[in-house]
Amino acid sequence: MKYIIAVIQPDRLDEVLKNLEEKEIHLVTVSNVVGRGRQKGIAEVYRGHKEQGSLLKKVKLEIAVNKAFVEPAVKAVIDGARTGQIGDGKIFVIDLPECIRIRTGEKGNMAIG
Amino acid sequence: MRLTLAIAVVVLLAAGTAFSETQQLVAGSLTSQNSTIDTGDTAWVLISAALVMLMTPGLAFFYGGLVRRKNMLSILMQCFMALCIISIQWVVCGYSLSFGPDQRGIIGGLDWTFLNGVGMTPNATYTATVPHEVFMMFQMMFAVITPALIIGAFAERMKFSAFVIFILLWATIVYDPITHWLWGDGGFLKNMGALDFAGGAVVHINAGMTALAAALVLGKRQGYPNGISPPHNLPFAALGAGLLWFGWFGFNAGSALKASGLAGNAFTVTHIAGATAGIVWSVLDWLRFKKPTTLGMITGAVAGLAAVTPASGYITPVGAMWIGVGAGVFPWLVVTCLKTKLGYDDSLDAFGVHGIGGIWGVLATGLWATKAINPDGADGLFYGNPLQLWVQAKAVLFTVIYSFVMGYVLLKFVDVVIKLRVTEHEERVGLDLTQHREAAYTIID
Repeated sequence: MKYIIAVIQPDRLDEVLKNLEEKEIHLVTVSNVVGRGRQKGIAEVYRGHKEQGSLLKKVKLEIAVNKAFVEPAVKAVIDGARTGQIGDGKIFVIDLPECIRIRTGEKGNMAIG
Repeated sequence: MRLTLAIAVVVLLAAGTAFSETQQLVAGSLTSQNSTIDTGDTAWVLISAALVMLMTPGLAFFYGGLVRRKNMLSILMQCFMALCIISIQWVVCGYSLSFGPDQRGIIGGLDWTFLNGVGMTPNATYTATVPHEVFMMFQMMFAVITPALIIGAFAERMKFSAFVIFILLWATIVYDPITHWLWGDGGFLKNMGALDFAGGAVVHINAGMTALAAALVLGKRQGYPNGISPPHNLPFAALGAGLLWFGWFGFNAGSALKASGLAGNAFTVTHIAGATAGIVWSVLDWLRFKKPTTLGMITGAVAGLAAVTPASGYITPVGAMWIGVGAGVFPWLVVTCLKTKLGYDDSLDAFGVHGIGGIWGVLATGLWATKAINPDGADGLFYGNPLQLWVQAKAVLFTVIYSFVMGYVLLKFVDVVIKLRVTEHEERVGLDLTQHREAAYTIID
């Protein structure tokens, strides 16, 4: 099992979710986050005071999948999130040792689906 | 300590009751002379009092939107508590000290404490056609919002207990005398001919100068200037500015104390100055910082409204535009340039907007005032009377010095007695949680 974390542009979320749905990947958690990358943010100015170290608003997706679904999931995110502009985001894939469905107590591959 | 406080309050109230019983008879005979209530005037001043009352909650949201999330409630609480405390102070002694029978031009006597003799019939000295009690309530709302304006300077770091004691002392020792100087019958600045129609000196310079003293006495917030998060809710600030603007019609046009042409003109020039300053501030932001900002626009409008306040009963619409231009330029310079250079932390720019806006407004009254608008006023410099500018300058000088010095002394006094500032840890955690055991916003449903 793998745990995929994707940080994307907020306006690309709907597209990414649609792509994941088409690949029958339903298990996804979405949160609003702020962060920064190599691209510079737009510094806010309040009554002439420039904010330092501005962070940009992004959306973070967390997707747990069985091994067979890693490639389709990554492709779904890239297809949906890619604009070709700087700031499109990142995908991190990490090993997932365990997954438990709270309602039934099922574990591992069964629980993820 | 707490018990003594409770006993003191009870004794005070008991004294008030005894007092009012003996004075009621006198009041009855005094006020029966030929003053007639005008229903239109009375209705307008009643509504104006309610409009000015709404400015304090409006200010709460204006300021509240500008602080960090963790301090939102502390601002709302301070503003609303000012509304409660100063209202009662006004009834107990504030109104009497401000408007009561004159004592050497400096302060009002104690004859009207607990509103003795302040009843349903007009007092011709102040308003021949409006019940004395209505005039008292209208003035109460000014007494409330003035200390609330100072909050902008010490936001996010003052202990609530210190705040309560400070505003009570400040209202009694600073606000009430200055009000008497300019508005009380026999007040020495009023007798000198100083014009302050609706409180440029009484309210805005007064609050602004003590605000500067507060910024200096309390010192900077931790992390100021670069480690402070931006305003947490600018829509709230805009909402608050809208409520302030709305209330300002009562503040200025209500100060005519009649439903008259003068009230209509005050209404007009108030709006014009606010609008002009909002435009000017936006243009300056645009030129200097590349973009016109929402915060800049509403700040400019408030500065314009503050600046036109003393002039609103004496100027033409064109005069109002010029005052608006100055109110866009001078506070903008102080807030965006001078403050950062000097490094004091007037957190929400109470001094920059109200102090500077007020000084400009009181001086500008000496430039653009004309008897063509108000025969009871005076002509200013541009209408052939340079002397009025000098009189206005003296009013500014007295108010600036008294408010700054006394504000400074009172803050130092409260600091020595119970400490003004929260601990470093409390400041970091936020005043909502440490001073009130509440949070403005829940994160989890």
